[in-house]
Amino acid sequence: MKQKLVVIGNGMAGMRTVEALIESAPGLYDITVFGAEPYGNYNRILLTPVLFGEKRIDDIMIHDFAWYRKHHITLHCGPDKTVIDVDRNRRCVIAKDGTEALYDRLLIATGSLPLILPIPGRNTEGVMSFREIADVEAMIAKSRSKRHAIVLGGGLLGLEAANGLKQRGMHVTVINRADHLLNRQLDNEAGDLLKLQLESKGLHFKLGCTIENIISQNGHIAEVELSDGSFLPADLLIMATGIKPNIELAKTIGLDCEQGIVVDDTLQTSDSSIYSVGECVQHRGELFGLVAPVYEQAKVCARQLSHRSNSRYQSLLPATRLKVTGIDLFSAGDFNGGEQCEQIVFKDPALHIYKKLVIKNRRIAGIVLYGDTGDSAWYLDCLKNRTDISPYRDCLIFGRPPLPVAA
Amino acid sequence: MTAAMNAKTIITTCPYCGVGCGILATVDDAIAHKVTIQGDPDHPSNFGKLCSKGSALGDTVSMENRLLHPEVDGIPCDWNTALDTVADSLTSVIRQYGPDSVAFYVSGQLLTEDYYVVNKFMKGFIGSANIDTNSRLCMSSAVTGFKRAFGADAVPCSYEDLEAAELIVLTGSNTAWCHPVVFQRILRAKENNPALKIVVIDPRQTATCDSADLHLAIKPGMDSLLFNGLLAYLAQTDALDNDYIAAHTQDFEWALQSARNTAGSIEAVAQDCGLSSADVEKFYGWYANTAKTVTVYSQGVNQSASGSDKCNAIINCHLATGRIGKPGMGPFSFTGQPNAMGGREVGGLANTLAAHMELDNPEHIDRVARFWQTDRIATRPGLKAVELFDAIDAGTVKAVWIIATNPVVTLPDADKVKNALKRCDLVIVSDCIKNTDTVDLAHVRLPAAGWSEKNGTVTNMERRISRQRPLFPFSGSARPDWWIVSQVAARMGFKHAFAYRSCADIFREHAALSGFENNREDQPRDFDISAFGDLTEDAYDLLQPVQWPVTKKNPNGTARLFTDGKFYTASQKARFIAIRPRPPVNKPDPNYPFTLNTGRLRDQWHTMTRTGLSAKLNAHKPEPFVEIHPLDASRHNLQAHDLATISSLWGNMIARVVITENQQPGSLFVPMHWTAQLTSRGRVGALVNPVVDPHSGQPESKQTPAAITPYRALWYAMLLSRSPLVPGDIEYRVTIKGDAFTRYELADRTPFPSWRDWLRSLSGEPNTPHCLEYSDPERGIYRSALIIDDRLEVCLFVSSTPPLPETGWLESLFAQPQINKEERLRLLSALPPEGQEDCGRLVCSCFNVGEKSIAKAVREFNLANTEQIGQRLSAGTGCGSCLPELKRFLPKQ
Repeated sequence: MKQKLVVIGNGMAGMRTVEALIESAPGLYDITVFGAEPYGNYNRILLTPVLFGEKRIDDIMIHDFAWYRKHHITLHCGPDKTVIDVDRNRRCVIAKDGTEALYDRLLIATGSLPLILPIPGRNTEGVMSFREIADVEAMIAKSRSKRHAIVLGGGLLGLEAANGLKQRGMHVTVINRADHLLNRQLDNEAGDLLKLQLESKGLHFKLGCTIENIISQNGHIAEVELSDGSFLPADLLIMATGIKPNIELAKTIGLDCEQGIVVDDTLQTSDSSIYSVGECVQHRGELFGLVAPVYEQAKVCARQLSHRSNSRYQSLLPATRLKVTGIDLFSAGDFNGGEQCEQIVFKDPALHIYKKLVIKNRRIAGIVLYGDTGDSAWYLDCLKNRTDISPYRDCLIFGRPPLPVAA
Repeated sequence: MTAAMNAKTIITTCPYCGVGCGILATVDDAIAHKVTIQGDPDHPSNFGKLCSKGSALGDTVSMENRLLHPEVDGIPCDWNTALDTVADSLTSVIRQYGPDSVAFYVSGQLLTEDYYVVNKFMKGFIGSANIDTNSRLCMSSAVTGFKRAFGADAVPCSYEDLEAAELIVLTGSNTAWCHPVVFQRILRAKENNPALKIVVIDPRQTATCDSADLHLAIKPGMDSLLFNGLLAYLAQTDALDNDYIAAHTQDFEWALQSARNTAGSIEAVAQDCGLSSADVEKFYGWYANTAKTVTVYSQGVNQSASGSDKCNAIINCHLATGRIGKPGMGPFSFTGQPNAMGGREVGGLANTLAAHMELDNPEHIDRVARFWQTDRIATRPGLKAVELFDAIDAGTVKAVWIIATNPVVTLPDADKVKNALKRCDLVIVSDCIKNTDTVDLAHVRLPAAGWSEKNGTVTNMERRISRQRPLFPFSGSARPDWWIVSQVAARMGFKHAFAYRSCADIFREHAALSGFENNREDQPRDFDISAFGDLTEDAYDLLQPVQWPVTKKNPNGTARLFTDGKFYTASQKARFIAIRPRPPVNKPDPNYPFTLNTGRLRDQWHTMTRTGLSAKLNAHKPEPFVEIHPLDASRHNLQAHDLATISSLWGNMIARVVITENQQPGSLFVPMHWTAQLTSRGRVGALVNPVVDPHSGQPESKQTPAAITPYRALWYAMLLSRSPLVPGDIEYRVTIKGDAFTRYELADRTPFPSWRDWLRSLSGEPNTPHCLEYSDPERGIYRSALIIDDRLEVCLFVSSTPPLPETGWLESLFAQPQINKEERLRLLSALPPEGQEDCGRLVCSCFNVGEKSIAKAVREFNLANTEQIGQRLSAGTGCGSCLPELKRFLPKQ
């Protein structure tokens, strides 16, 4: 009899694992997937183009229902199929509507939830996050009739939402607590550059401040009060202040959790029959929010599940490759620099290019590339390999030397 | 003129060195001063060849930095005001302090007519001989040498003699760079006659040495000893022409005795000259055995406190072997300026009178006074250049009129000269250039016509008189120097003697004077062009190049002097001069352990007021530099591309370090050209010791004790800008005019608060989005570029350590109307994108070929000689000045 694999979470991490598994070990498992959204597996990253109107929901499906059928995967999806419990003794997953599925191996890929700050009035109509297809549909609906959008959070998601709403014709103001945008991915200078570039596209910014209060009228958001004492009219407030691992279920069933579900290098949780991947996990203290490490986890986890590999998940360098509103960005390592760090900087404001390499002890320790990321792979190699860059330091930022550099 | 020639092609003469090349100048646009320059194939001095400087004359005739209107105390005025001011001021100074309280300092750049008039005015009518010329700095020792030996300042030879010679000794002459067209004639002669040997005597391994069969890298200043040794050797080996000595010379025994006493053995001579005995013996042997020997000497011999003696030591050897006045033989002084010889003919020096007559000869004085119809003629020699500026400094000379020269740069102890002019009551300067180190100190500025506007004659170093003809009308209010001087003379009451209507008028008078009472069989005067005394205006306009003397008897001129063995001394015999060799006056000591040598570069002329306008000419050696031997460099902690402070008891300067074995240990070489207009601290004249030859008054410009120390700046910068900028008060600053850009090399020992702000204020471009920046503060690197509408406007490269990146590719970007994105992103790396090559430092000015292109072609195509390089890249096929340098790219044999 085939072993049973149950996956909780029909998102990118879980399904990437399944896909890898059926590719490397077809027919090894009977697979059952539970998903809380009523769709197949879609590419959450592409929600922005949907918001723009550039893509439709169909366009961003990675795996539609037919795919599950083709691979004999049982899919339970929709709000009723939200998993509410796991009986670890019986090895049985239980959904809200009572659907049950037995497992030999369980994969928890519940992802993350938007972080909702405890701002008074946060439950008012017109306050939402930007996470799911339903959010996008709601945002599009609002943009048709409303004028003022506020986006709280100047991170990647916030900026994408802001840009999308702007494209939809709204007057958008981004509010960010840090005083520069993408402060987790960019240094000050690059953040400022991004702000300038986005301002030139018509976005508005309030940096270094937060929302103190959400003021409603007739049950609908009307205004926000900012920490600097000012008020902004608001018909829509998008909370994009970050995410938190979705670990409710894991905690309920007694798995080791800290900020996320604690997994080891094999992506196994504290229960040896339960694995976990994606934004819900915590690996060696690290949490995840970008697709590259998550896909790497999926790959490792699939190999573990197929019993065919001793592959281990190793933390990737925290390298970020982004495209924000069409702008190429890359950062890695200790890009803010610090003690004993030196900085090599190139700027071409007219071309919207900014590059910074943080050098420590003759080696690249951090990278920020803005507008031109062509050499990111080479810099990252140098960073990983701890290459002594002194022989070509003076041309380093201009890209890989075309000729072997003689001393 | 050939029939096919465009009516606008004008036959004229090059205004640079003493070779006197004929030029065909085709005026393309008289308003915009556009002219195409070619060598005149019919001119007997150059037969169509021109050097890099001559070829680039078209770049130098623009209105850039031209002095176009008279100015008094900095205020532009009309000619009447300026001329009245000059005349009234001179009159008043003379009335109060006498004629010797005024002085003229003039130039071998003047045309003969200008030169004649100013001399006549000063010596004949103001009544003082306080008129000297920059030729004092260049060939006055040669004049003394000739006068002592021949009784007249007569250069015996012609260029033809170089072609007929079988041994050419080039001593104290970097002929390849300083007289390139004659050097090419020598090289061709050598090709045609493989038996022709070339010996170069020079402390430096110059470009000239590359073609030499023997290079004697003599210890600086030891030439007299070497030639005394030669005379002793000739006597010892029976190589003398005893018949000639007996028939045509006097005082031989004294000279030989002195030679034997001072230089009796080859070993001792070799040791004192820092040479090997074998080399000395080889040279002596060749000389003894080669009848057809020409000895060429130039500034390396003349610019010495014993320069006259060196000249006579050389001449002695020619007289002793009878090698003079015959084809392929003779002592041949090469002059530096286009009209040094013309100046000598009109008596431009403070100790000479017009037409090769002398101020220490009462008969001559009387004769000239009668000819000029004056009773005010000067009766004793005046102050020579160095003395003259000392007198200005001391206040005994109250007013000085400087014409067409830049003494604040070129005289020794030049800072003293500067201060002397600053405190002088009246400084009048006539020049075609608006800003020079000297013009800047003038109370009265008089706009002179420039080369392209002047009309008159020049005499080259083979006594050949050629016409310089105007290409353009006078610019602004500029006027010829003869006109300016005549106007002042007229206002001072001498109208009758200066009523010239044309330069032909003056030339006729000059010619007539040369023939005036010049018919005494027992005492002829060498300079006689009396055949031209009644030349018509038309004939003057059409005057063909001709070598003086030109007399009724000899209307076609004279190629060679002394063919009859008769000289211009009282006895009509040539005189030997007993020479006691003297080392340079100031010797190196522990504080100033080096001997500082100065000299010219291939592509620059004098103080760069004209050649510095040509981007092409600036590319070969863009910055003032000091050459030093590798051992000395390492001993003094100097690396290539470093800056160094060079100092002497008299002054100091900063220059870029060039480490080369061409320089002998213990010696430094710095080019003479840079001025305060182009550099903050690049004037080598400030260091040169004001020591002069007791006979000629020529300064010892080639041997000054000096010290060198690294100049460690806090930052070094290179700034390129499409429009000229004013970088301000920076310790080391060099301005280099390029093609569509100006380059600044900068360094200083004080920190800079903000490069970004500085660049913004400098370029007047506050709009930062146009500014690219690169910084690596750890390395002290800051780079920035200003690009507007995809056109490169400014770029700045700063580093805390030299060298800065090479500029070739960056400079080429200024020639482009736009730069593309790839170029833009590479710009601050200074490395061209792949496929675009930086051709490297310019080597061939004629065809703009750089060293990297040459090295690459030699490598890729296995080129084996300069002809092949020429076929492949054209390099070296123009003026040929770069041929010696091209050889250095070829694989070692």
